[in-house]
Amino acid sequence: MSGERLPEGGRIDRSRPLRFTFDRIPYQGFAGDTLASALVANGIAVVARSFKYHRPRGIMGAGAEDPCGLVQLGEHGDTEPNLRATQVELYDGLVAHSINRWPSLEYDLGTLNDRFAPLFAAGFYYKTFIRPKFLWDRVWEPIIRRMAGMGHAPTAPDPDIYDHRHLHCDVVVIGGGPAGLAAAYAAGRTGARVILADEQPEFGGRLLDMPETLGERPALERVAEVVAELASMEEVRLLLRTTALGYYDHNEVVLVERRGDHFPPQERRGKVRQRMWHVRAGEVILATGAHERPLVFADNDRPGVMLASAAAAYAWRYGVLPGRKLVVLTNNDSAYRAAVVLAEAGAEIGAIVDVRAGSDGYWAQEAQRRGIPMLGGRAVVGLHGLGRVEGVEVRGLDASGVNATGARHRIECECLAVSGGFNPAVHLFCQSQGRLRFDDAIAAFVPDRAAQRQFSVGAAAGRFALADALADGAAAGAAAARTAGFGDGSAPAMPGAERRSETPLRPIWLLPGERQVGDGKAKHFVDFQNDVTAADIALAAREGFRSVEHVKRYTTTGMGTDQGKTSNVNALALLSRAVGRTIAETGTTTFRPPYVPVAFGALAGAQRDGLVDPVRVTPINSWHVTNGAVFEDVGQWKRARHYLRPGEDMERAVRRECLAVRDAVGIFDASTLGKIELRGPDAAEFLDRVYTNGFKSLGIGRCRYGLMCREDGMVFDDGVTTRLGETHYYMTTTTGGAARVLDWLEEWLQTEWTTLKVYCTSVTEDWATVTLSGPKAAQVLEALKPSFPAEPSSFPFMSVRAGRVADFPARVFRVSYTGELSYEINVPARDGRALWEAAMQVGRGIGITPYGTEAMHVLRAEKGFIVVGQETDGSVTPLDLGLEGLVSKRKDFLGRRSLRRSGMLEPQRKQLVGLLPMDPDTVLPEGAQLVRELKPKPPMAMVGHVTSSYYGARIGRSFALALVRGGRARVGETLHAPLPSGTIEAQVVAPNFYDAEGKRRDG
Amino acid sequence: MLLIRCPWCGPRDETEFRCGGEAHIQRPPDPDAISDAEWADYLFMRRNPKGPHRERWVHAQGCRRWFNVLRSTVSHEILAVYRMGEREPET
Amino acid sequence: MKRYSIFALVRNAISRHRDWPPLWRHPDPKPRYSVVIVGGGAHGLATAYYLAKEHGITDVAVLEKGWLGGGNTGRNTTVIRSNYLWDESAAIYEHSLKLWEGLSADLNYNLMLSQRGVLSLAHTLHEVREGVRRANANRLNGIDAEWLTPEQVKAFCPVLNTSPDVRYPILGATLQRRGGIARHDAVAWGLARAADARGVDIIQNCEVTGIRREGGRAVGVETSRGYIAADKIAIVAAGHSSVLAGMAGVRLPIESHPLQALVSEPVKPVLNCVVMSSTVHVYVSQSDKGELVLGAGIDGFNSYAQRGSFHVIEGQMAALVELFPIFSRMRMMRSWGGIVDVCPDASPIIGKLPVEGLYLNGGWGTGGFKATPGSGWVFAYTIAKDEPHPLNAPFQLDRFTTGALIDEHGAAGVAH
Repeated sequence: MSGERLPEGGRIDRSRPLRFTFDRIPYQGFAGDTLASALVANGIAVVARSFKYHRPRGIMGAGAEDPCGLVQLGEHGDTEPNLRATQVELYDGLVAHSINRWPSLEYDLGTLNDRFAPLFAAGFYYKTFIRPKFLWDRVWEPIIRRMAGMGHAPTAPDPDIYDHRHLHCDVVVIGGGPAGLAAAYAAGRTGARVILADEQPEFGGRLLDMPETLGERPALERVAEVVAELASMEEVRLLLRTTALGYYDHNEVVLVERRGDHFPPQERRGKVRQRMWHVRAGEVILATGAHERPLVFADNDRPGVMLASAAAAYAWRYGVLPGRKLVVLTNNDSAYRAAVVLAEAGAEIGAIVDVRAGSDGYWAQEAQRRGIPMLGGRAVVGLHGLGRVEGVEVRGLDASGVNATGARHRIECECLAVSGGFNPAVHLFCQSQGRLRFDDAIAAFVPDRAAQRQFSVGAAAGRFALADALADGAAAGAAAARTAGFGDGSAPAMPGAERRSETPLRPIWLLPGERQVGDGKAKHFVDFQNDVTAADIALAAREGFRSVEHVKRYTTTGMGTDQGKTSNVNALALLSRAVGRTIAETGTTTFRPPYVPVAFGALAGAQRDGLVDPVRVTPINSWHVTNGAVFEDVGQWKRARHYLRPGEDMERAVRRECLAVRDAVGIFDASTLGKIELRGPDAAEFLDRVYTNGFKSLGIGRCRYGLMCREDGMVFDDGVTTRLGETHYYMTTTTGGAARVLDWLEEWLQTEWTTLKVYCTSVTEDWATVTLSGPKAAQVLEALKPSFPAEPSSFPFMSVRAGRVADFPARVFRVSYTGELSYEINVPARDGRALWEAAMQVGRGIGITPYGTEAMHVLRAEKGFIVVGQETDGSVTPLDLGLEGLVSKRKDFLGRRSLRRSGMLEPQRKQLVGLLPMDPDTVLPEGAQLVRELKPKPPMAMVGHVTSSYYGARIGRSFALALVRGGRARVGETLHAPLPSGTIEAQVVAPNFYDAEGKRRDG
Repeated sequence: MLLIRCPWCGPRDETEFRCGGEAHIQRPPDPDAISDAEWADYLFMRRNPKGPHRERWVHAQGCRRWFNVLRSTVSHEILAVYRMGEREPET
Repeated sequence: MKRYSIFALVRNAISRHRDWPPLWRHPDPKPRYSVVIVGGGAHGLATAYYLAKEHGITDVAVLEKGWLGGGNTGRNTTVIRSNYLWDESAAIYEHSLKLWEGLSADLNYNLMLSQRGVLSLAHTLHEVREGVRRANANRLNGIDAEWLTPEQVKAFCPVLNTSPDVRYPILGATLQRRGGIARHDAVAWGLARAADARGVDIIQNCEVTGIRREGGRAVGVETSRGYIAADKIAIVAAGHSSVLAGMAGVRLPIESHPLQALVSEPVKPVLNCVVMSSTVHVYVSQSDKGELVLGAGIDGFNSYAQRGSFHVIEGQMAALVELFPIFSRMRMMRSWGGIVDVCPDASPIIGKLPVEGLYLNGGWGTGGFKATPGSGWVFAYTIAKDEPHPLNAPFQLDRFTTGALIDEHGAAGVAH
C-alpha cells in the first residue's frame, strides 16, 4: 500500500495542517484527519506488529472494527497503549509509536515467530513446556510473557481528570447515522426528553463516508439541517465523541464521552478528559450501524488489504487514496459502490473480483458505466508483494465455491479492498439480553427478540438500505416518544432515498487458493490481531472443541482489543463447516461489555486522590492535627492514635500517655463512638431482645454495658446504653459498628417486630465526646463548672447527668473504659473543640494529657476489656469471652438459641485469657499463634492466638490478651509463640492485669 | 444497575438500596421449642430460587424503610414491590 | 491418550497438525453409570479424574448442560493460594496447592501455573493484626507465608502506590510466594482429557432437569438427553447447587450471587504478582497474555443471570487506580459475570446430602478455582468410600446445625 493525499476533496480542513510524529519521524496531516487517515496519507503501510507472529499490520478499517492499526499514544504518564489509529483524532503535536516490535517496526526480532509458525499453532503452549517444571517457571513462562502483550503500560500517574454524570430521559438514541438522526428527530419533535449519542466528531454516520443524496440534495446538507433543528429543541441533548459502552438492566445505558482527547495534552489539562454518562432511558433506540467483515483467503493480512468501505471512506471523507491502483474483492454489491467512489476520487480500479457470477445491481451497472473491469465467478487466490500488497492472483471458482479453476492471472495493485458483507452491530442489543437469529440473506446475525424496552433500527437491524434506515428510525422514534406520553406515534415524513437494486450476497467463508489451509506456507487469517487462522479453527474442531466458546478460548479468536468485530462471524462459520452444522446451530459467542475498551480512569471518575472513600473527622480533629497527633484509620474515621512530643517515638509517647491517665488525668476524643437514640414505649422491650443482658430493669439516669449477638450467637457489637427517660434510651456502639448496628436495629423493628413502638435515630455526628479519665478527672470536671455535683460520691458510676459543662449544654456519663475514674462529656458537636480546649486549660496545672487510641487500648487491655473485632472475629460467643454474666437466662434475645447448639458447648472452644510473657520486656506481636508443644519445625498444632498485646507502663511489664482453646482451664500453663524471629514463652493468666477489684473507677 | 421502585419514594437507582435477602422468613416464636436442625433451617437455609424471588430491600440512602420486592433472578425484572405487612402477590 | 511434549509438537508441526486426536470423545449417554457427576466444570471434571485415578471407578459420566468449563471455571480470575486462616481451610487449600504444583505433569497438559506470589495488602491496624495472625497460622500449618513491611511491599511489587499520603496507605502485606494464577480453561480441558482417557464419559449439552428418587434414595437423573440411572449422583454445579439439590427436596444454606470480573487490553509485563486488597476492595494480576485480570466483591442480590451491575465495576476501578495510579490510562477490554454459591461462613460444603446416594460439592463462594484439584480429590474419596476424607470432614452440611462453622470472613469489623 502506498497511500497518498488527494489534491482536493474530503471533510478535512486543508487550511489547518497538523504536525505529528510516528516512531519519532515527523509527518503532517490536517484537521479532520484521524491518525489512521493521516498515516495512510503519508504512505505508511505498516503501523503495527501482530500479537503472536509479529506479522506487519497496516490499517484495515476506518472505525471501531479495525483489528490491526494499534499504536501507543503519548509518553510517560500521558501514554496510552493499544489505541486504534482509526479512532484517534489528529491534533497538533501528536506523538505515536508502533507497538509489539523490537528493536523497530521495520526490523522486528519477533518475526522469528512467523518463521517457526508451524510450531505455534493454536494452543501449542498447552502441549509443551510441561516438564521439568522449573524450566516452565524460570524460562518458558517469562519468555512467553515478554513476547505477549501489545503496548506498554504508562510509567507515571495519569495527569488527566475524569467525571461521571447521571441522566434520565424518555428516549436515548445510540448512533447518529441516518437511522439514529431520523429516530432522534421523530422523538425530539414531540417534546420528549431525547439523548442522541454518536462516537464520531460529527453526526451523519455512514453518510460521512460516501456520497449520498437525500431528496435530490447532498445528504450531509440534510444532516446539518436536522442536527441544527435537534440542537434547537430544549429537551434534546446531543453528545458527540460519545460511545455507548454497555447496555445493562432496566434500560441503563452507559456512555463515555471523550471531551479532551482531540486536544493536545497541554490544552486539556485541568479539564475533564473523559466523562461517563449513566443514562436511564424509558426507551432505547439502537442505531449502531454495521461492520464490514473481511474475507478469508491466503495471506489476507498483508498490509494493503483493506475493507472496501474503509477504502472508500478514506477517499471520500479524508481525501486519501489508500493506493493509486486498487483491486476490489467481494461477495456482495456494496463493494461495487466503494469501487465507484474510489474511481471517482481518481483511483484506478484494476478489477472488481466477485465470488458470485457477477451482479446486475445498480452499483454494478454504475461500475460498468465507468469501465471498471469486472471479474465474476472468480476469487483472489494469492497476493504478491512482501510486507505490502503489490498485486493479486485471480482464478476462477467452481460452482461449489470450494475449488479454484482455470487459469491464473495477475493484476497489479497497491491496495486490495475486500468485502465479505456486513455484520449488524448487535453488541448492545445482546448485552441487554436480546436474542439473535441468523439471517441467511445477509449471512449475519440480526436482532430477533428484545428483552428490554428498545428498538433496533437500520443497519443495526440488518436493514442496510438508506430508505429503510430512515423509515425504521422515524417509526421507532415516534413510537418510543409515544410510549413516554409524547406525540401520537406517527412518524414524520422522511426525505426520499433512492432504492437501489442489488444482487444477493454469496457467503463463501474460505476462498480457495494456491496454498491450502494449514500447509504452513500461507496463512488465512480470521482474527488479524490475535493471529488466528482458518487452520487454527480447523485444528480446534479436530481436537474436539465444538462449542464456539471453546474455539474462541482455545484459539483466542475474537479475544483481542477489537473483541472480534471483524472476526467472529467468519470464525464461527468456519467452525460450523468443520463440524457439519449450520451457523444458526453453532450460535455466536456472548457479546460482553464494553463495546470498545474504556480507560480505567474514566470508570473510576472522580473517585481517586483520596476521594475513593469519604474521610470522617471529629469536631476536635483540627486540635489533634496541630498538636502532634499521629492518626489511624478506623472505618472511615481518622482517629488520633498518639500525640508525639519533640524527641519522642510512638512507644515513649504511649507510655507517657498511659501513665498520665493512671497517675493524673488524660483527655480523650471519643466522638467517633456510634450514638443512637431510641424512643418509644417499647424501647425497653426492644433492648431486651437485642442485647444479651437485660435492660428492662435499668433505672432512669443509669447506664449499662451491653453485648449484642447475631442470630448465630456470635458477638456483633458492644457498648453502653443509658436510660434518659421513661421511654428514651441512648445507645453507644463501636466506632466501626455504628452504621451496622443502626441497620440491624431498624431491620428488626421494620421486618420482624413491627408491633414494637420504637424509633431509632443516629446522633453520632450531633455530639462531640470528650473523655476525662484518671484519678484527677473529677478535679478537671469541677474546674469546668458543671451545673451538677461531679464528685464520684454524688455522681455514681454508671449514671448520667444532664446539664451544663463549661457553659455548654452537656450530657455526662460516668463510665470507664480505662478502669480509672472517668467522665464522658458529650456536648453539641459545634462546641466540641471549645470544650476540649477549656479542659486543657483548666487541667494544665494538674498534668492533663491528651491520649490517643493506642494508650486507650493499652489501658483497657490491662483491665481485660475486649474490643469487638479484635478479641472477636465473628466466631466468638459471649461465653467464649467469659461474659456469662452478661448472658441473660431469663429472657430471649437475638442469638440466644444458637448458644445452645452442640458446637457452642464444646469445652475446647477458644476462650479469652490473659498472657504474661516470661520476659517482662518482650511484647508478643498481636496475631502471634500459640502452641502447647514446641516442635523443631512446622506443622505445629495451634491452640490459640494473641488478640491484644502491649507494654503496660504502670504494671511495668508486657502483657497480652489471647483466645486459647479451653483457655480458662489452662491458667498457669506455659504456651509458646513460635515466630519468624524466635519463640516467645508466656504464661496463661486471668485476663485482668490491673486493679482487679475495680477500686480505681471511683478515683 | 437495577432501578427499584421504593414504595415510599418512587424509582431510584440500586446504589441507594441494600438487599436483605429472602423475605418472609419468620423468626421462630419460641426458639426453645424447636430442634437444632429447625433452628439451622431458620438461620441458614434459603430457597434461592431460579426465577421469581421474594426478597427484601431497604432504602438505605433514602427513607431507610424496608420493603419487599418480587424479582426474577434470571431476567432481573422486578415483578412487584410491596410494603412490609402487605400481602405478597401471587406468582 | 496421545502424550503431549515438545517432540510431539515438532512432529505434528511437520505433519501440519493434522494428526492431533480429539482431547475427549463425544459419547452418547449410557442408560446407567456407577457415578453421575452433574456439572462439567473443573471441580466436576477433577472429581471424575480422581475417581478414576485414585479409586479405579471409571463407570462415570460427567453431565454438562452447556460446554465444559463454561461456568465459573471459565469466568474466574484464576487466583491460587492456600493461605487461609483456619486449620480446616488451610489443610484443604494446601492439599489443593500441592496438587496444583504437579498437575500439569500429572495431566500431561500445561495449565500454565504461574507461581508469581500473592500479596494481600493491609491498610489498617486491624488488617495488620489479622494479616500477621494469618501469616503465623499459615507458617505453623507448614504453609509458606511472610509478612512484609511497606518497604518490602514496594520492593516486591514496585508499581504499587505505597505512599503514606493516600486515603488508605499500605501498612504491610502477607505474601504467599507459592500462590499465583493458572490458565483456567486449560484446567477444564486438561482434566477432561485425562478423565476421558481413563474411561469417563464426558457428555456436553446435557442438562439435568430432575433427580429421581425411590424409597428415599436417589437413583438417577432426568436429563435433556433422557433418563440416566446411577448408583451415586454427585452435584458439582457451582451457582446452581440450590436448584439441583432442590430437585431432590434438599434445602441448602446457599445463595447465588453475581460476581463480576474484567480484563484490560494486553500490555507488556508490568505487574509481577497477584495483589489483593479488602479495604480498597479489588484484586488484580497480569495474565500470560498480558491482560490485567481484575475482580472484586459480589453484587448484593441473588441472581442466576451471569451478569451484575455496572457501578460495582466502577467501584473496583476506583480501587485499582488508588492502588496503581499508573493504570489509570489502561483500558477495560471485556467484562463478564459468573454466579457464585455463597455460604454463610464463606466455606464450602463437600459431602453427603440427607438423601442416600446424593452428594454435593458447592458453596465455594468467590474462591473455588484455587481449590479445584483438592476439591475433586476429596470429593472423589467421599463418593468412593461413602464417607468424607478427614480433609473435608469439617465441611459437612451438618455444621450449620451444630454451629461448628468455619468462618473465613475474618473479623466482623473494626471497633473502638
